[in-house]
Amino acid sequence: MSRQITRLSLAVLVLFGALFVNLNVIALLQADDLATHPANRRLIIQEYAIERGPIVVGEQAIARSVESGDETLRFQRTYPDGELYAHITGYYSVLLQRSGLEQALNEELTGRPAEVLSQNLAQLLGGMERPGNAVELTIDPQAQAAARAALDGRQGAVVAVDPATGGVLAAYSNPSFDPNPLSSIDTAEINEAWTPLQDDPDRPLLDRTIAETYAPGSAFKVVAAAAALEAGLEPGEMFPDEGVYDVPQTTANIGNFGGGFCADGDQISLSDAMVVSCNTVFARLGVDLGDDALREQSERFGFNDTPPYELGVTPSVFPADLDTPSTAQSAIGQRDVRATPMQMALLAAAIANEGQLPRPHLVASIRDPDGQTIGGTDQGLWDDPPGDGRPVSPRTADQLRSMLIGAVESGTGTSARIDGVTVGGKTGTAQTGQTPNAWFIGFAGNDIALAVVLPDAGEDATGGQVAAPVARAVMEAALRDDG
Amino acid sequence: MSAGTGGPADAPRTREARLLTGAVIVTAFAAILLGWSEAPDLPPAAVVTGLALAVIAVVAHLAVRGAAPHADPTLLPIAFLLNGLGLVFVRRVDMATGSDLAATQTVWTAVAVGLMCGMLLFVRRIRELARLQYTFGLLTLVLLLMPLIPGLSAGIINGAQLWIDLFGMRFQPGELAKLSMVIFVAAYLERNRALLSVATQRVGPVLLPAARHLAPVLVAVILALVIMAGLRDLGSALLFFGTFVALLYVATGRLAYPAVGAVFFAAGAFIVYNLFGHVRVRVRIWLDPWADVGDTGYQLAQSLFAFGTGGLTGTGLGQGRPQDVPFSATDAIFTVIGEELGLLGATAVLLLFLVMIFRGYRIAQTAKDEFSTLLATGLTTLLAFQTFVIVGGLTRLVPLTGITLPFVSYGGSSLLSNYLIIAMLLRISDDSRRSALAPVSAKPSRKAAT
Repeated sequence: MSRQITRLSLAVLVLFGALFVNLNVIALLQADDLATHPANRRLIIQEYAIERGPIVVGEQAIARSVESGDETLRFQRTYPDGELYAHITGYYSVLLQRSGLEQALNEELTGRPAEVLSQNLAQLLGGMERPGNAVELTIDPQAQAAARAALDGRQGAVVAVDPATGGVLAAYSNPSFDPNPLSSIDTAEINEAWTPLQDDPDRPLLDRTIAETYAPGSAFKVVAAAAALEAGLEPGEMFPDEGVYDVPQTTANIGNFGGGFCADGDQISLSDAMVVSCNTVFARLGVDLGDDALREQSERFGFNDTPPYELGVTPSVFPADLDTPSTAQSAIGQRDVRATPMQMALLAAAIANEGQLPRPHLVASIRDPDGQTIGGTDQGLWDDPPGDGRPVSPRTADQLRSMLIGAVESGTGTSARIDGVTVGGKTGTAQTGQTPNAWFIGFAGNDIALAVVLPDAGEDATGGQVAAPVARAVMEAALRDDG
Repeated sequence: MSAGTGGPADAPRTREARLLTGAVIVTAFAAILLGWSEAPDLPPAAVVTGLALAVIAVVAHLAVRGAAPHADPTLLPIAFLLNGLGLVFVRRVDMATGSDLAATQTVWTAVAVGLMCGMLLFVRRIRELARLQYTFGLLTLVLLLMPLIPGLSAGIINGAQLWIDLFGMRFQPGELAKLSMVIFVAAYLERNRALLSVATQRVGPVLLPAARHLAPVLVAVILALVIMAGLRDLGSALLFFGTFVALLYVATGRLAYPAVGAVFFAAGAFIVYNLFGHVRVRVRIWLDPWADVGDTGYQLAQSLFAFGTGGLTGTGLGQGRPQDVPFSATDAIFTVIGEELGLLGATAVLLLFLVMIFRGYRIAQTAKDEFSTLLATGLTTLLAFQTFVIVGGLTRLVPLTGITLPFVSYGGSSLLSNYLIIAMLLRISDDSRRSALAPVSAKPSRKAAT
């Protein structure tokens, strides 16, 4: 039997060999993946032992760490302003991980690279006692609050940027959510808050400023006009003023908003067409320029690309290979053209900023616990798109600027007028679904550029009626601050 | 009594004493390190653990010196070291979860070692057990069925009905049933191995012996397996079946048995898979522990996180998170070792088991009669398979089944049956070395009892 026992012991040796190999694979090869796996609570517990730095707007913390009273999870996050900054800060949750800046700036807020957090070395070195860094944002609290107040419970989004720097002054998406219960250390409380948020048909978790695209409607005429001016046309270029533009290759012709002519029924200049938002002129212009020219110009403004923002932005779209009817529709922002409010705000900013496309950003500065600035803002031009951050020449920008100022002074955007301030803007009302998307994009001087969208403001809503007043309120708030 | 024999008999005992001292010192150091992770003062719990283990070691050593002076000197120290590490890590789990299992486990250690000494003192020849083979066969079934007896039964715990309450203690008689079954099978095979080695019947491509030679043991084994499966103790059933097939092979030298065993295993696995929902869940978790990481896959995922976090050198004693791993004091104690002592510590523990297992097989090969050989093989194989199944389960090599890690896991019944295994292996090795040392004094009976 001795020989059989030897064989049996060899079989056992093989089994144990498999155990050894497997243990090595787990503890050495897969160790990093396992240690940093999102479901591995160890990482969270390590992180929760750190007092994260606050996220600051103005002089106030909009997200800060407080002692939780719990032994395992020492600190927890609170958001004093509730839903106002929810999409910007995100939440910081034991169950849902992180979102928003809490996720995007996790290393800055914890004050440690992720690799350190996954190691126990940090604890041994006593490094867990040091708080994280404070992150100061470019947000203007007045403008942000004005955006919420002006939307007044209606679905919609507002993005306002400083045209010169790209610093975001307001980014509010309605409906929003309260990040406090989601950031609780009590999982029951998290679940209780999370389930209704997920089930809500109005999708409060969706950040409409950057994560959703809408048909821009007439607001896109700015891009068409930019393409025309860049191609050598003048603002005074005359177009036939038609009640209906007979779109080639289709019977689906394009009329003006509300029917009728844009001017006297004879001729209308490009500039005036912009002021009154004349569909027939821009549809014709789009067909004349061709879809390639429109696409090229929109891409110079950042369409079909991802803006370099701290948070993930859905690319805005100008589709490829359009036939003539689609091109006509696209020139007036219908059909399959889609844009985020962020993209439209950048478009307005480029016009207000002498044709330079700013890099959008939220972070103004990052300070360590001693108050030393260790990181700055991400200023400069967004130079990835074709045109290297200069989508139009300063001359074109100036011409567009004048047109948009005209639209606010005497055209579709009069509701955005502010006494004593040079306001320019373009309305949009895109008929894509049951209810139109009401848009306003524009600027006040060189201080603020913004985009407002209300995708569900009622059947007869127009950008001029519902979006322009919101824009005015936000611009006023931002300007009041400066003065 | 051969306590004062002197000369060659002292050599193994002296070695054993040195190794035992080492085991106690390592345990005491580990206990102190663990205590320091909590508070800078010398923790009383560490002193108590060290002292208790030292006292138990002295008693065990004296008992072995008296009752089995020629026995293998490595088994007991390895068992003590594993047991000591187990005490430290059970205490570690206590610290994390607020439970108080370490004290109970220390008491169980004393009881188990006491029983081991008792067995060595009362069973002076291992053959005495062979004579009682059918008693052991019956005892197996009684032990297995005990959890069903009203008044004794502790009810269904974690989905299985395996425990009884006796004198206020919770006990799992199935642990002992495995031992008595191995004794029965070893005795039966010794008597019938000649007949079982002769193939007379063809079943498909393999030749098998006449069914009537195999029938009694087969009936008993199948009965035991059915009871284990019925009580939802599939882990034990698997271990037991594997050990039985290994013994059949060793006894007969015919590979047909493992081959047929594999077929039976496949059939059994198929039936069990379709019969029990929890088996399907276990297999699904094994294939993809991440799919349901918050619920069914939780334990395995936590175990893997622990090993991954431990890495090569571990987080250090007291620095891991055993509170995150379900059953960290019992089934998953190896996970806690893996996290806090790392790959190196886990490997060291596995090597201890490997040395113990190889000593066991060596004892089987040098045993003086066939019953001893078969018994030692069976007991060692039981240890080997049990270690493999639980460690493999916790590291996702095989589907996870809830069984204990011998000597290390918290659990009185498990500790008890494992020390009884050590007692029998010590007895067998003492028998053989004694007869080797004194060939003229006694002629060992090699004849099978009739």
